[in-house]
Amino acid sequence: MIIETEGLTKKYRTQTAVNNLTLQIREGEVFGFLGPNGAGKTTTLLMFLGLTEPSSGKVRVIGFDPAREPLRVKEKVGYLPENVGFYDDMDARQNLRFIARLNHIPDGISAKKIDELLEQVGLFEEGKKKVGTYSKGMRQRLGIAEVLIKEPKLIFLDEPTIGLDPDGTNRMLDLIHSLSRDRNITIFLSSHLLDQVQRICDRVGIMIKGNLVAIGPIQELAKKKLGVEKEHYTLEELYMKYFKEA
Amino acid sequence: MVGVIIASMVGMGIQEESKGMAKPTLLFLWLFTSTGQLFSFVQFIGFFGPLIGIFLGFDAINRERVSRTLSKLASQPIYRDSIINAKYLAGVTTIAVVLVGIVLIISGLGIRLIGVVPGSEEVLRLAIYLITSILYISFWLGISILFSVVFRSTATSALASLAIWIFFSFFVGLGAGFMADAVAPISQSGSNVDPNVLIKHEEVQRTVSFLSPMNLYNEATTTVLDPTRKTTRGVVFVGPLERLSLSRFQTPLPVLQSLMIVAPYLISIIAITFLCFGVCYLAFMRQEIRTV
Repeated sequence: MIIETEGLTKKYRTQTAVNNLTLQIREGEVFGFLGPNGAGKTTTLLMFLGLTEPSSGKVRVIGFDPAREPLRVKEKVGYLPENVGFYDDMDARQNLRFIARLNHIPDGISAKKIDELLEQVGLFEEGKKKVGTYSKGMRQRLGIAEVLIKEPKLIFLDEPTIGLDPDGTNRMLDLIHSLSRDRNITIFLSSHLLDQVQRICDRVGIMIKGNLVAIGPIQELAKKKLGVEKEHYTLEELYMKYFKEA
Repeated sequence: MVGVIIASMVGMGIQEESKGMAKPTLLFLWLFTSTGQLFSFVQFIGFFGPLIGIFLGFDAINRERVSRTLSKLASQPIYRDSIINAKYLAGVTTIAVVLVGIVLIISGLGIRLIGVVPGSEEVLRLAIYLITSILYISFWLGISILFSVVFRSTATSALASLAIWIFFSFFVGLGAGFMADAVAPISQSGSNVDPNVLIKHEEVQRTVSFLSPMNLYNEATTTVLDPTRKTTRGVVFVGPLERLSLSRFQTPLPVLQSLMIVAPYLISIIAITFLCFGVCYLAFMRQEIRTV
């Protein structure tokens, strides 16, 4: 298990952002973490990274407790926040080199890697342009490159396709899919764009108002909840059903 | 640029001041303390130095927040406090480079143009002065970084830092005067002033004005750089014979003695600087990293 939590809870003064979350993520899977805005998805991600301390409960990410050994976790876990920012006055290469340095990768080694990554995310030609001039899709792809530079075992993606045009969305989803398939990287994807989640995720978890109301492969959940077999459902129907109940 | 302007002003100032002096002592330090036409280098740094600190720090944290790079930075394998430490140290380094640079330029021009060469004592005094100045400006850097942690908008943090700077640098001085007048009023016309009231007036004014870091800094640096200053008090009561002996035997103090006079000031400056960084550090570490 690459992520294991037990009774994970986060309280902010009066409200409970995440309530008693118990969840297991297997190595190499693409996990979709669904839920409406403000359901506690980002808070959960931040707890997995040790950026926020849980109020109670246990978490283990790649075998370490992120609250106690944040560096061990962050060395091997990539995080692409929603609407990631860059240093706009530097070009793509400089941004990547800076992140590589923070990951203790010497410039000699990172130079080659940066070329490979830019090639992979399709930004090789634009590598010398200032990031301030990039389009939304290009920024998001650069974000993926930045996450990959540390050679992570696990990647957290927070709304990776929000605000992208259809072509950009497709490229992004293909990229995410290939990471999981070719490199065996575990992907933990938080989103509320259901059709996209349905396309690439092996399993999903649905979180509403801080509670994890369902977890499992989409087909299984559909069978249990909607009583339908095969392809006669969409994730949206399923999600709305859970949402109305909660 | 600033260094050159000041050096030329000071050059003219020194010419005037040293006129009629048989053998000026410690001329080299005059490069920094003599007022020239408008102000001396020391006054200039005391006045505008805080601005350097504020400009270096006011958007340190909230710019990262606004451009959404902070959460990315925090998810790299570095400790969270290294972000705030790096921001602060980078600022302090810049301040140190700027100050040392200006002092070296002025010294160089001084040696070249007037031909005064510093002795070891003067170099030591200058070094103390530099360290004090770096700490003092770092205090303002800390204030502005603190505001950049607290406020989300860079404009707010810049204005708040400037407001604090103006208040503590100018209004505290005015306030001290009013306070002293209220507690121990001295009549303007009265020729026979009770010395006790005068002393009390002076004490109150001094005490209140020490709320201002600029005052602390000015007192400390002028004493360090001027070996003939033997006390930091404004009003000293001396008898006629004492006055005579003072003017006859106006010998400069050794560095150690000057240091002892200003030790409380130096310690206060060090304390507020570290305190300010400490508050800043705590504020940052306790804050949520969220980009929302």
